[in-house]
Order: sequence, then C-alpha cells, then structure tokens
Amino acid sequence: MKIVVLVKQVPDSGAERSLRADDNTVDRATANNVINEMDEYAIEEALRLKEAHGGEVVILTMGPDKATDSIRKALSMGPDAAVHVVDDALHGSCAIATSKVLAAALAQQNADLIIAGAESTDGRVQVLPHMLAERLGIAALTGARKLTVDGSTLTVERQTDEGYEVVTASTPAVVSVWDTINDPRYPSFKGIMAAKKKPVQTLSLADLGVAASEVGLDGATSAVLEHGKRPPRTGGNTVEDSGDGGVKLVEFLATEKFV
Amino acid sequence: MTGLLDLDSLHSDEELQIREVVRRLVDEHVRPHVAGWYEDGHVPVRDLAKAFAEVGLLGMHLSGYGCAGASAVAYGLACLELEAGDSGVRSLVSVQGSLAMFAIWKWGSEEQKQRWLPSMAAGDAIGCFGLTEPDHGSDPASMATRARRDGSDWVLNGSKMWITNAPVADVAVIWARVEEGVTGFVVPTDAPGFSAREIKQKLSLRASSTGEIVLDDVRLPADAQLPFAKGLKAPLSCLTEARYGIVWGALGAARDCLDTAIDYARTREQFGRPIGGFQLTQAKLADMAVELEKGYLLAVHLGRTHDAGRLKPHQVSVGKLNNVREAIAIARQCRTILGANGISGEYPVLRHANNLESVLTYEGTSEVHQLVIGQQLTGLAAFT
Ligand SMILES: Cc1cc2nc3c(=O)[nH]c(=O)nc-3n(C[C@H](O)[C@H](O)[C@H](O)COP(=O)(O)OP(=O)(O)OC[C@H]3O[C@@H](n4cnc5c(N)ncnc54)[C@H](O)[C@@H]3O)c2cc1C
Repeated sequence: MKIVVLVKQVPDSGAERSLRADDNTVDRATANNVINEMDEYAIEEALRLKEAHGGEVVILTMGPDKATDSIRKALSMGPDAAVHVVDDALHGSCAIATSKVLAAALAQQNADLIIAGAESTDGRVQVLPHMLAERLGIAALTGARKLTVDGSTLTVERQTDEGYEVVTASTPAVVSVWDTINDPRYPSFKGIMAAKKKPVQTLSLADLGVAASEVGLDGATSAVLEHGKRPPRTGGNTVEDSGDGGVKLVEFLATEKFV
Repeated sequence: MTGLLDLDSLHSDEELQIREVVRRLVDEHVRPHVAGWYEDGHVPVRDLAKAFAEVGLLGMHLSGYGCAGASAVAYGLACLELEAGDSGVRSLVSVQGSLAMFAIWKWGSEEQKQRWLPSMAAGDAIGCFGLTEPDHGSDPASMATRARRDGSDWVLNGSKMWITNAPVADVAVIWARVEEGVTGFVVPTDAPGFSAREIKQKLSLRASSTGEIVLDDVRLPADAQLPFAKGLKAPLSCLTEARYGIVWGALGAARDCLDTAIDYARTREQFGRPIGGFQLTQAKLADMAVELEKGYLLAVHLGRTHDAGRLKPHQVSVGKLNNVREAIAIARQCRTILGANGISGEYPVLRHANNLESVLTYEGTSEVHQLVIGQQLTGLAAFT
C-alpha cells in the first residue's frame, strides 16, 4: 500500500503568533515553525499501517523553502520519502488554490491512501481533505479517531460531538485524523540520522502544470482585509456564594452553553 | 543553557533533534516522578530502560548490534538532558551504554556481542559493571577478586561494592584478577554463587539502584571471559567513555539548578522587590552562568575531539574534574537562592547537589583526575 501523508509547517501554536502587517498573511519568517500537531498523528497512523501491511509512506508538503526543516523532522519519524511543492508564487494561497496544487501533486503519486490532519493550527479551516477528495474524485473519510484497513476496504470511526459514526470506503481515499487516533512516536535516533539521506523531491508550479495566476494572493478566493490583536482578558465574573453558589454556577455554565 | 552565548549555534540540526527527543522523554518519564523516586529510594529501572530504548538511547554511541551509532556530541547532549532530570537516571544510561555494553562491544567476542548487545540496546537486558571493591576504590589495580581455571571453566570469588544497577541487572561485567593480570567476565546474574544486595541508606543518587555483589565460587564456561580484555586498560577504557558522558551530564544538573534559581529569583519578593533584583543575587547568577557556559564549551570541544577519534584519557579528566566541580558549586549556590525552599524535594536543587556528591566521587574522584592531569603536566606519577 502506498500512503501519502499531508504535512504542513505552521507557527508553533504554543508560542506568540502574528499576521504580517503588509499583506495580512501568517507571519512565518519570525515564527518558531513546527510540524502541524495533528499531522504527527497522520504520520503515525501511516507508519502503523505500513508496519502492519507493508508498502511505502511519502510526505507531501506545500510550503516555503524553510519548510524543509519540518520535512526532515517528519522523515525522522520513519516515512520513506517526501515531495516538497515550493514556489514563490504560492505565498498567500487560499484553501481552494492550495487544494488545486496538492491535488496536482497527488495525481503524480498514485497513492492508495492519503492521510491528513483534521485541521492545521494556523488556518483551521478543516476543508482541505474534502476539497482534495472532490478534486481527485475519491472518497473522503474525515475526522477519524480510528482507522482500519482490510484489503481495499477502509473503515473509519468518525468522531462527532455526540459520539462516533462508522463509515467505510474503498481505496483510494482521503482520511483525515484527530489527535484521538493514536499516540505519535518520538523519532528514534536512527530515524533522525537516516532522515537526511532520504529522497526529497522538489516540485514547482510549472512542474505541476498549475499557472501562477491561479494561486497566491492574487488568485485567492478569500482575503483577510484587516486584523488586530486579541483584546486583553478582562476580569470575569465572581460568583458570591450565599447558599445558592451551586445554582449560580450552573446558570453561568448554561448561559455560556457549557452544559 | 542560559542562552548567553547562543551555544546552540555549535550544533547541527541532527544533534539538536536528538537533544529534543531526550528532553521530551525526560519531561514525560522522569520529571513528574523523580522527586517521589528519590524520597522512596526506588526507581523503575526496567520501565525507564524500555522507554529509553524505544528511541535508541541505550548504547546510542555504539555501532551495529541494534545500536544507533550516533556521534559522541549527540551522546553528550543526551547525557546532559538526562541528568537535568536526575543524575541517577543518567547513571542508569551511562552504566548500561558506556560501561556494560561498551565493555562487551570493545573487548568481547562476536558471540558475546550477538548474545548481549541487541537485548541490552532494546532495554530487555540490564547490565552492570563491577570494578570497585570494598577495599579497592581509587586503586583498582590491587583488586582482590580472583578467577581461577578449573578444567576449561572459570571459577570466580570475591566481592564488588557500589555497583550501579547490580540489584536489578541481568548481566554483570565483572573485572577479576587471573594469573596474567586483570581481565573481564560476562556473568549472567542468575549464575549459581552470584548474589547482589541493595545498598540502603544512601543520601545521594537515591533515584538509582546501587548494590554489593558477592561472587562465591561462581562457575563460568570458558567463553564467559572477554577475550580481548587484557590488563587494567580494558576497564579503564570503559571508564573513559562513561566519564566523557559525565562531562556533559553534570552540566545538565547544573542547568536545571540555575534555571530553577533564576525563575525563583525573579518571582520571590523580599524587602518589597524580587530577590533577583539584588546585586548579591545577580553576582551569584552571573558567576554561575559564566561557569556553566564555559563548561559547555569544554564539553563541546571534547566531544568534537572524540568524534575526530583523537580524545585522550587525560583530556577527559580535565572535563570531568572541571564540570563536576563547577556543577556541584552551582547546585549549592542555587540552593542558597531558594532559601528554605532550597532544601525541599519540591524543587530539584538539593537533590541535584546531593547527587553530584556521588558524581564527584565515582568514575574517578576529583583528586584522581588531578593526579592524572598532574602526571600529564610533569611526567611524574603521584599515584603510588
Ligand atoms: C552511587 C555510586 C555508584 C557507583 N557505581 C559504580 C559502578 O557501577 N561500578 C563500579 O565499579 N564502581 C562504582 N562506584 C564506585 C566508585 O567508582 C568509587 O567510589 C570511586 O572509585 C572511589 O573509590 P572509594 O569510594 O573506594 O574511595 P577511595 O579510593 O577510598 O578514596 C577516598 C578518598 O581518598 C582519595 N584518594 C585515594 N587515593 C588517592 C591518592 N593516591 N592521592 C590523593 N587522594 C587519594 C580519594 O580521592 C577520595 O577523596 C560507585 C560509587 C557511588 C558512590
């Protein structure tokens, strides 16, 4: 089985993040850039499938030159090879344009299975797996908390607010995963040392047959017009307990829709 | 480190990634539990060994036989991160990789390597290294443990003291005197006549298992002897490896103390302001940071020299003497900054300081390293 895992480099969500003042895009130059957290679960799932069923795991990343750091880190966990789509014209691409580029790259791969994280911590639009499935004309099994493969049949437990749904499809398909699906491994030292010798293929827009005008800020179907800092936290409410504290707490939780 | 000198710029991405993995392992498996282990005087050696083995930490600087084959600098960084957790946890890894595994890897037969190294690298077999005896510490050349021939077998008699991991080990590398001099034996700990007793009431390195080994007519087949270990230089070569790791490891304990003290000094207020704002506190912090970063430069230099295959034992003595001596001074000084909290197990500082008392003594005491350096400088040996 050939599995392609989508890996995005994002600013570390645990550190200070910002948008650029000039074009309102994510500031990647000054950020501490890391592998999108959910993608580590996607890599882990792919590696487990490979260990159980054999085959090959390929990382696919669209991102700037500096994304090679994250690609090497992803490879250190154990995948076999990587494809890096890098082109200056891609800066500021919207989700629709990104899916066009990734679909073009995936079309060259003939993967049986494409695994992605359910969302990226910078964009958080959660639509890319669906868009890719649509463009490639294959099934999308999204939001998985469990994935089993039996021959060409995929079965997924799809996480919902209330519980889960069991959905099936046959390969090829796109599966997106949540962080409930597994416990990603630490890269082993051997893996870290082997990563720098693994093949990383670099592709430009021209290699993929996508025109620069279809992507980037100019080709974007949505745009961030302005942005501002999140207002500082305010004091919040203090509930005085004069015998009815419990009731007041429940009322508060109910108005905030926590219960 | 403190970030003063941007020392990370001395490292490759690969080295930093290996460090990051060890840091995460320590955060997950050591930090949350270590104060309790210390108080109880008990550490789950096997669980830790399995968790460390998963990434290839055990014998990481050896090649082949399931070992990762990482550089000496990467191994040093791993020791540093482990010891930032606890010197006892670093000791576990040092003894497994640099003493027990290294002895077999360097001086063992192909069969011995095949038999032991893969399972030791996997954390399934725990090793220990018995050189020190009750009456022979700094002077191992006069050891009393004997091995005599009986037909083709060997029969071992004697005792070994202060042996890390002895009570939990599956295999012991035991150094003993034979007619031709000192040699080593690979001894399964279930061999009849082998016993190991836990040393109790330690006030240092409590998150580490330490034992006394008694060898009472332990009969071993001929192939238990390490065939290439001839003379004291064999065990000493293992000590050089382990000492090299300590050069880095001690810095980890010191870093953890200094991080704790800086954090404490910024938030603890007396006389209406943070104690970190007082000049006396700042002088302490500055001096400690300077020593820590200097020690790091020394460790990196020795590491690069080791990776180039040029590291000499007396150079390791320079590193061990300096870095452990400075680390214990830093730990004690940090203790003063924390005041009463400094003596509490809720902070790591006194635990590190107490641990470093052992680190100062094992793998060659500071005095012995001074003698090694003195001999190098003068050409005169002061040992005997
Ligand atoms: C927690 C712990 C774990 C250990 N683990 C191991 C292990 O796994 N395997 C192992 O084999 N050993 C181990 N050791 C033993 C350790 O290596 C010895 O304690 C060390 O070599 C010193 O020996 P000693 O304690 O007998 O001290 P001694 O040799 O008796 O030294 C006592 C003092 O005399 C000084 N001294 C001795 N000779 C001279 C001299 N010629 N000139 C000047 N000063 C001198 C010493 O520096 C020291 O200050 C461990 C020790 C500890 C504390």
